[in-house]
Amino acid sequence: MNNETRANNRLMLKKLVVMSLLMFGFGYLLVPLYEKICDVTGLNQVVKADELVNTQVDNSRLITVEFDSNSRGGLWRLSALEKKKKVHPGELIEVMYEIHNPSDFSVTGQAIPSYGPTYASKYIKKLDCFCFKQQEILAGETKKLPVVFVIDSDVPLDVHTITLSFTIFEVEGGRTSSAEG
Amino acid sequence: MEAAHAHEDSHDHAPPSGIVRYLTTTNHKDIGSMYLWFSFTMFLVGGIMALTIRSELFQPGLQLVRPEFFNTMTTLHGLIMVFGAIMPAFVGFANWQIPLMIGAPDMAFPRMNNWSFWLLPPAGMLLIGSLFAPGGGPGAGWTMYAPLTVQQGMGMDLTIFAIHILGMSSIMGSINIVTTILNMRAPGMTLMKMPLFVWTWLITAYLLIAVMPVLAGAVTMTLTDRHFGTHFFNPAGGGDPVMFQHIFWFFGHPEVYIIAIPAFGVVSQVFPAFARKPLFGYASMVYATSSIAILSFLVWAHHMYTVGMPVEAQLYYMFATMLIAVPTGVKVFNWVATIWKGSLTFETPMLFALGFLFLFTLGGFTGLVLSVVPIDVQLHDTYYVVAHFHYVMVAGALFSAFSGVYFWLPKWIGKMYDEKLGKIHFWTSIIFFNVAFFPQHFLGLAGMPRRIPDYSLQFADFNMVSTIGAFGFGISQVFFLYILLKAIKSGEKAPQNPWDGADTLEWTHLPSPAPYHSFEEAPQVK
Repeated sequence: MNNETRANNRLMLKKLVVMSLLMFGFGYLLVPLYEKICDVTGLNQVVKADELVNTQVDNSRLITVEFDSNSRGGLWRLSALEKKKKVHPGELIEVMYEIHNPSDFSVTGQAIPSYGPTYASKYIKKLDCFCFKQQEILAGETKKLPVVFVIDSDVPLDVHTITLSFTIFEVEGGRTSSAEG
Repeated sequence: MEAAHAHEDSHDHAPPSGIVRYLTTTNHKDIGSMYLWFSFTMFLVGGIMALTIRSELFQPGLQLVRPEFFNTMTTLHGLIMVFGAIMPAFVGFANWQIPLMIGAPDMAFPRMNNWSFWLLPPAGMLLIGSLFAPGGGPGAGWTMYAPLTVQQGMGMDLTIFAIHILGMSSIMGSINIVTTILNMRAPGMTLMKMPLFVWTWLITAYLLIAVMPVLAGAVTMTLTDRHFGTHFFNPAGGGDPVMFQHIFWFFGHPEVYIIAIPAFGVVSQVFPAFARKPLFGYASMVYATSSIAILSFLVWAHHMYTVGMPVEAQLYYMFATMLIAVPTGVKVFNWVATIWKGSLTFETPMLFALGFLFLFTLGGFTGLVLSVVPIDVQLHDTYYVVAHFHYVMVAGALFSAFSGVYFWLPKWIGKMYDEKLGKIHFWTSIIFFNVAFFPQHFLGLAGMPRRIPDYSLQFADFNMVSTIGAFGFGISQVFFLYILLKAIKSGEKAPQNPWDGADTLEWTHLPSPAPYHSFEEAPQVK
């Protein structure tokens, strides 16, 4: 290998190392990019109040809405007071969830909704929801948490049942108590 | 452990001896051989894991292993075969063949080359060692989807470090390959005169440099999620597990072409040699391969149609994926046109290349089926997908690697393999491969999910057939080891060019075996 090739090789090495470092950075750049795309397209805005456009109540249809709940971590229990409800599209609905914190310290949680079937999710317009903000549950407290929503009457005709499911996650650093060690 | 294997088994054709030679070697031929032996060792290890999976699936019900261990087996089988067997095998080919085919004395950075190889055995040991970690090995599948990976035991950390090390090795190897190809070609060897195998590796190496760092990023995020309180994928802290899938498949889809494209390169050397005709449509092959590489960055979400993306996105990914069939079709037509009206002979390399052509095309077709959103939603995570990617990974990449080993073995060791045994290896491999994997299409269409150790009774017969095929295929590969050892020990002496139609530099300019130092004076290419 003569000196010229050696120098050329070194230069190439530098370029390619820079390229792989840039791609490592790009991997991390995908994170804000992903969030931005979800934001712009409105894909992941599940904990924000929706705007209601269509207020026409369709009395000719009945849709069964099932209320489900999960508690991540097993510390507390989140449950819906009603398991299911038959509703007309366009009708204003309020349901109650209940959460109980059996421990001797207060815990802060954030609920995240999800819907089944997925394609029905954009027709559920939440006007108020306990998932819009973090909830602090005191030690031993049982708290009632409301959800107010409307099913848009544009919902496709083949949708007969919609499941509304909440998972409550504990917010880190949200525990406060004298008993906590 | 594999490390010790790798050098004990490596064949000698150089002055210095002992373990130190292999630890310190900077010779592309030594390093190429070590890559190939390492990958073969890992192939057998991954194969044992595959047979563990198939044994458990021989009958419905849980017989041999616990479900957690079954998950570990599917995960490690995938990781070891992809990162430990197939990728290093083709890097081994690249190390041996690229300098010989472009008339260079060695790789551009021989010391880095040594380092690239010696990172592999520790990574392999971490992967296998994870089995003995408290909580067992990783069980989240080779795709390492969050949030399962965030929850698993220490074995997951070992796996993450193994991926880091493998990634570094791949990136260094790729930098070496790109630099060698761009800067070290013999005078007169213009880019469009390079053998197609060299072209495919140039493109593959660029793909690796582009996507391995992204995988490293993805597993680093998993690691920091696990231990350092970040929340990239943990929904409890505002993260999103679906984002892992996007980042992973941004790497993962180019990765499947990283495996397939060098395989295209090998058969593009083999077909002309045994058809005694130049490769049909050389330039279109180069452009087709490049466009496959570029398109591979734009289709990743077809692996995740079921995550709940908007229908517009599904349509885009579906059509973009189908578009890849066009350059791939160009390649298949060119190979067929190469053998069309050629003076064909059917030695073992040609047989494996033809096996590749038939079965890879079949795997490509099932891929096209899976690219269609409504069908994929039905078949997602079923055995149909397992059948599809084993047709492209095993019958595609692995058969092409076998073809390449038989083709270049005379140049590497200066001895011929036993043609009769080679043919037996081919026929047992292709028959048992189909016995093992063809029924999996039916299992998938009938709805059998993948990665589950138990299944409904109606799947019993096809699973039994598949397991029998898998064991036959496994035994055929042990037989391949015997063929190799026999050739090394007592093979007939190989002439400089045993193949009539082979016309690249290693056949026309170098004796068999290729001397330890070759092309110190660059050949003149007309």
